[in-house]
Amino acid sequence: MTWNWDVAKDFLPELGRGLLITLEATALGSVLAFALGLVWAMAFRSPTRFVRWPVAAVVEFIRNTPLLVQLFFFYYVLPTWDIKFSALTTGVIALGLHYSTYTAEVYRAGIDGVPKGQWEAATALSLSRSRTWTAVILPQAIRRVVPALGNYVIAMLKDSPMLALIGVVDMLQKARAEGASSFQYIEPYTMVGIAFIVIAYPASLLMRALERRLGH
Amino acid sequence: MTAGLWENWLLPGIWITIQLTLFSAVFATAVAFGIGIARTSRLWIVRFLTGFYVEIFRGTSALVLMFWLFFVMPLAFGYQLVSMWAAVLALGLTYGAYGSEIVRGAIASVAPAQREAAIALSFTPAQRMRRVILPQAIPEMIPPFNNLLIELLKATALVSAVSVADITFAAQLSRLATGDSLEIYAIILVLYFALAFVLTRLMRLLERRAKAGIGQAPVKSDKGPLITRKLSARQESEQSSNIITGGAQ
Repeated sequence: MTWNWDVAKDFLPELGRGLLITLEATALGSVLAFALGLVWAMAFRSPTRFVRWPVAAVVEFIRNTPLLVQLFFFYYVLPTWDIKFSALTTGVIALGLHYSTYTAEVYRAGIDGVPKGQWEAATALSLSRSRTWTAVILPQAIRRVVPALGNYVIAMLKDSPMLALIGVVDMLQKARAEGASSFQYIEPYTMVGIAFIVIAYPASLLMRALERRLGH
Repeated sequence: MTAGLWENWLLPGIWITIQLTLFSAVFATAVAFGIGIARTSRLWIVRFLTGFYVEIFRGTSALVLMFWLFFVMPLAFGYQLVSMWAAVLALGLTYGAYGSEIVRGAIASVAPAQREAAIALSFTPAQRMRRVILPQAIPEMIPPFNNLLIELLKATALVSAVSVADITFAAQLSRLATGDSLEIYAIILVLYFALAFVLTRLMRLLERRAKAGIGQAPVKSDKGPLITRKLSARQESEQSSNIITGGAQ
């Protein structure tokens, strides 16, 4: 093992810049996954099966196929339909869409966990459908699902290096570029691996503490 | 699309993907059982080291680990892994860490009285694990392991990044050769979905079989697990015929 501290020191600023992109992709992907997941979960409860069934089929399909292939699909197919996004935007869309199918299940469990009496009470007060959702059901459901959603943010963080494969300049891409230009592979790749552990481990401790606190 | 798409690229790709899933699943299961059981050890140092392993491999990304094994190992240790085995190693180590949590949880879920009874019968720790705890814990593990295997199957797509010729790699090559991106990626997505579907079905069969195995009268002889016993030959043949009919009942 020939670890070169000079190489490591030179790579550090690059790693920092890559880390920002990694965090940006994760944050934007999370926002999309949280929003879309809620849409799917509410569609699952739609009274019309013409909404329920197609949504269930699409969600099932997305969940059971690899994120990487979806990423390539968006990256190579969208431009042929004249829809042009940057690599980062494409990556965020794929990441958010993929994980929205997981968060949908989380929301679904949260919504199912709201006691039936709450729905009945909302009906008794003749609240409109949208008001039942926004004022009664969702505030109770979302509180329960926060730790589970947090775990998916960590999962997204760990899947974000895939974005490097479509050219997003995140931590992994920085390491690849460094390796390709200077043949210094040991330090960049090792530092990227450590960076993930350094972020993901405290985050998972935080989520565990949150779960305990909310009494799961 | 080109005529030789299936013969030249997709079919070999599917075969590689199946092999990869199989090898990594076997490796990951072995790691999961080894680490999962070791985490219930009475020795704190064993618990600490295995806990450390789990945090490290759950904390990092499978793709980064794969790149590390593929690019850093040869430079650092002078040993170049064949890319296929670098991939199996990365997937097995990562998913083994996830799986060990399943094993640990299932072992923890076995009623304490079972362990106490085994101690009362003066079983050695190894006998306790093999003949009392695991036979009851394993059926609990099957549904979460099913999810884990689906995740593993999907994660095999990553290996295309270190040039293993799996389906995703085949898709990349045929896209470059033919320029058809929509058709190729649509086919690939459907293929993964079909593989995941078949895998789920197989695991359901296994789950039913495991359920059929427990809840039977304990075996009196000292051979075989105490709590459960193997299916009779007739049940076995019924179960295996289910595999052929796809489990339709």
